[in-house]
Amino acid sequence: MKAGHAQPLEYSTHQNDLNIFGFWVFLGAEIMLFATLFTTYFVYEGRTGTGPSGAEMFEITPVLIETIVLLTSSFLIGLGVHAMRLGNKKATMAFFALTLALGLVFLGVEIYEFAHYVHIGAGIQISAFTAILMTTLGTHGMHVTFGLFWGTAILIQLKKRGLTPETANKSFIFSLYWHFLDVVWIFIFSFIYLKGMM
Amino acid sequence: MEFFERFAVPHPSPAIYASMVAIGLTVIAIVAGLTYFKKWGYLWREWLTTVDHKRLGIMYLLCALIMLFRGGVDAIMLRAQLAVPDNKLLDSQHYNEVFSTHGVVMIMFMAMPFIIGFMNYIVPLQIGARDVAFPRLNAISFWLFFMGAMLFNISFVVGGSPDAGWTSYFPLASNDFSTSVGTNYYMLSLQIAGLGTLMTGINMITTIMKMRAPGMTLMKMPMFTWSTLVANLIIITVFPVLTVALAMGTMDRLFGTNFFTTTNGGMDMMWANLFWVWGHPEVYILILPAFGLYSEIISTFSSRNLYGYKSMVASMVIISALSCLVWAHHFFTMGQGALANSFFSITTMAIAVPTGVKIFNWLFTMWKGKIRFTVPMLYSIGFIPLFTIGGVTGVMLAMSAADYQYHNTMFLVAHFHNTIIPGVVFAMLAGLTYYWPKMFGFMLNERIGKWTFWLLSIGFVLAFFPMYITGLDGQARRMYTYSEATGYSTLNMVSFVGAGIMAVAFALIVYNVYYSVRYASRNISSDPWDARTLEWATHTPVPEYNFAVVPQVKTSEPLWDAKKRKHVLFPGKLNKIHMPNNSGVPFILGTIFFVWGFSFVFAIWPLVIISTIGIFTCLAFRSFEKDHGRYISLEEVTETEEKLGGAK
Repeated sequence: MKAGHAQPLEYSTHQNDLNIFGFWVFLGAEIMLFATLFTTYFVYEGRTGTGPSGAEMFEITPVLIETIVLLTSSFLIGLGVHAMRLGNKKATMAFFALTLALGLVFLGVEIYEFAHYVHIGAGIQISAFTAILMTTLGTHGMHVTFGLFWGTAILIQLKKRGLTPETANKSFIFSLYWHFLDVVWIFIFSFIYLKGMM
Repeated sequence: MEFFERFAVPHPSPAIYASMVAIGLTVIAIVAGLTYFKKWGYLWREWLTTVDHKRLGIMYLLCALIMLFRGGVDAIMLRAQLAVPDNKLLDSQHYNEVFSTHGVVMIMFMAMPFIIGFMNYIVPLQIGARDVAFPRLNAISFWLFFMGAMLFNISFVVGGSPDAGWTSYFPLASNDFSTSVGTNYYMLSLQIAGLGTLMTGINMITTIMKMRAPGMTLMKMPMFTWSTLVANLIIITVFPVLTVALAMGTMDRLFGTNFFTTTNGGMDMMWANLFWVWGHPEVYILILPAFGLYSEIISTFSSRNLYGYKSMVASMVIISALSCLVWAHHFFTMGQGALANSFFSITTMAIAVPTGVKIFNWLFTMWKGKIRFTVPMLYSIGFIPLFTIGGVTGVMLAMSAADYQYHNTMFLVAHFHNTIIPGVVFAMLAGLTYYWPKMFGFMLNERIGKWTFWLLSIGFVLAFFPMYITGLDGQARRMYTYSEATGYSTLNMVSFVGAGIMAVAFALIVYNVYYSVRYASRNISSDPWDARTLEWATHTPVPEYNFAVVPQVKTSEPLWDAKKRKHVLFPGKLNKIHMPNNSGVPFILGTIFFVWGFSFVFAIWPLVIISTIGIFTCLAFRSFEKDHGRYISLEEVTETEEKLGGAK
């Protein structure tokens, strides 16, 4: 895409265009990162040693809460970017704040889930299966945690500086990141939890 | 006391104590020298905080050269140990550490920065850009690489070196069999350096895809830029795999997980798979840019355009795809069955086809060309037969049934050195000689350079060809000694002599730099080799903004067009130029990463937490910083251009 005034704000300078393209390349690397984790997960899925299997560990309630919360947050950040394109700073900030709040809820439930696993004797050291399970979930969770810090920084900048080409660019890139985490979660939900519970 | 005992070297020897003293003295000398000559400010302003792709490139190359000597000393120690049977020079543990660090240093901290240094220096110039897409990120990449390398290199004086080979196979690399912190160093330093490499990948792909000069379509890019693009696509694809593998290895060693153990469901072969899913494409990350350099050099010194441009591009793309489908050929003997072995055999052999296409293209480029036998051209001509031998033995190794004879023998060692040295190292030395005048404004001495080439080639042949024979005869790699009765001693002595000749050749490179700094003429043109691409169209020394006017491109050889076909390279007018600001944050961030890695190695958790907070602080600082770069005024641009001999 060529830079120009016909473009949305987040694409409006050459550097913005580069930033967005570069971030897509980064997401390509992230896909490889999670692909490696998933592959290893499938290899280790049945290798539970003396520890519990997925079917014995997983509970549907926290997983459903996590899924609904994260999917909703992804929808909200989409609305946030839409508001940003309309030039409505207040609505943008509100949607971003809601996104982050739901991210925090997600993280809380995930921490509960991890504590629960440790409690029932399925800590990270128990077997190859628990190790890869917690590493895959944990890598996603760490991305969400990082996203909370990052999103907060962007929110502060939106408030202080308003919708400028820079802040719009950062917000847009952050939304790409957040959608990506959502996509990863859909894979986790389908291929780790649902497959494990069946 | 227990706290401090961990930092002691577990297997001390006089050589290690001598190195400690040498490192201490060098640091004192550098600090004293910088203070005495009042160069601290200069160092900080001009180098440590720079975001200029050319300076970062030069720093990468400098580090690579230093690491070449560090890894070279390891190599000499290995060959000296094996020169005579039942040698007592090194004990087995020390030998393990030396071959492990030799491998890691040469691949990760010599070859990688060498090619990334060239990418940094050359690519923006070749595509007519003012810098890379993300100059600040580029500086972060460099400092992460640098600190990763430093972390790895202090291992042998603080806590002990890795001793499980550069492949670090589990369970050998587990706490049970690799008891020092050495393998922790391996995991953490490669993690940090690998992060830097990944960022370079993002940077280079964005730069090449988005910042080419007007008129330069993808199929008009110079071949080195093409090779950089393909190599960086491989980086983006496989470095995350290494990241995951290293994280799992770290967790196995520090948190007691069971990824690669042999109990509780763990699977040691998983490490081998993940490692080589990264490790095999990694060698193509190294060789493709080397191919790119050879293409530039052979075309320039044959005074002809590159033969078969499209097939060159196609073969690189095919190689990059195949490189991700061959990893299991590193462990044919480890029992994955005939079907899997056959698949990986065939994919491996298939790589010989596109590589062969490239070899013939180079030969046809030279065919009927007016060849000038300069030093870079000598390396390129030497590369073709020597590398072909390495490739042919590679096809031998690719046959899984026959591999049962070659596996883990010196035959394999001979093979991969036969591809890496004439392939990558020759290309790096050729590239260094070729681009030296652009970087520093004077040429390296040709006569000393030719001596270096011949000594290096002869030394190489003497050092590695005997290993093919001893390997076929059954000499195992990574064995610290052998008995007289094996009959390997004569050939191993020949190898040692060859290694010594190579060492002389490398010393000659240093002498050549010294000699040329003192005696070479500074009065050279900006295009001393009569070259064909854009990097030679700008001034020497290159101004910080590279091109005062953005060049126009019509073919893959714009400078040649300008020289021979009256193509107007710089049609525009001078204007003010936007450039990025320098920043100290990348250096500080790298330093914090070093502390983070070091405290992780020794499991000093409070320090890990503090440095993690430090890393986040740096990121937050960057996020909130208002940095819109700066403008170089029209007057300043005009003045610089006139000083450099007229606007270009």
